[in-house]
Amino acid sequence: MARGGPIKRTRRGDFELHLDPKERDILRGLPDQLRSLIENEDPTSDPAMARLYPPAYEDDPIRNLEYERLAGDDLTSQRLASIGTMEGSIDAERLTEDQLLSWLSVLNDLRLVLGTRLEITEETTEDDFAPDDPRGSTFALYGYLTWLVDAIVQALDPG
Amino acid sequence: MSISAETITAPSKIDRPASDDVPVPDPPWVVIVWNDPVNLMSYVTWVLQKLFGYPRAKAEKLMMDVHTKGKAVVSNGTREKAEFDVARLHAHGLWATMQKDA
Repeated sequence: MARGGPIKRTRRGDFELHLDPKERDILRGLPDQLRSLIENEDPTSDPAMARLYPPAYEDDPIRNLEYERLAGDDLTSQRLASIGTMEGSIDAERLTEDQLLSWLSVLNDLRLVLGTRLEITEETTEDDFAPDDPRGSTFALYGYLTWLVDAIVQALDPG
Repeated sequence: MSISAETITAPSKIDRPASDDVPVPDPPWVVIVWNDPVNLMSYVTWVLQKLFGYPRAKAEKLMMDVHTKGKAVVSNGTREKAEFDVARLHAHGLWATMQKDA
């Protein structure tokens, strides 16, 4: 992009965030949608939740129960904290590194949720959705988040 | 040195209590990251650098193994350490499991 990407590390070590008001408005409601999913759905019945809370052991249901009990609440509280941080800085033009890491966590979780809902494969393109298919606009949002996540990773990259 | 029956049997008397005292080490566990169609290659590389302190080249090699072979061992250690690493990978959205090293 001519303007040099949406996110730039400053000399002070924080990050400039160049996002249009329209982009902010798209992003504004997303953290709460993730919160609602995490607080109301269950990994055993919701594939997107199962993606956010994978098993630690492939073939050991007993140890997985123990893992979920020990690690599950931590995972959830980390996710909810990131959601709160992103909501609190949604209009900020500068983010600290910790704030940007929270944004990255929320945005990547959202990609996992949308990717699961859309049953994304490595070959999925927009041509897989008919013009009147509502999943087409979900895929467009997924694509936008892909672009933003990649930009954040590039900005965090120490070089 | 003269070899008598005593000197031959003596070591086994010493060995037996010693081997009882030394705990059998836990079999090492390995942490595996599996390929998935959503996480970006750049993101996976960054996560491996951040969580494990791997240099860029090593993180990229592991990421490419995940991408092309379907999985890669990214860390190993005791069961507790492996579980800790799995939880950190899950917190970053990577599909990670752990198993006893074969």
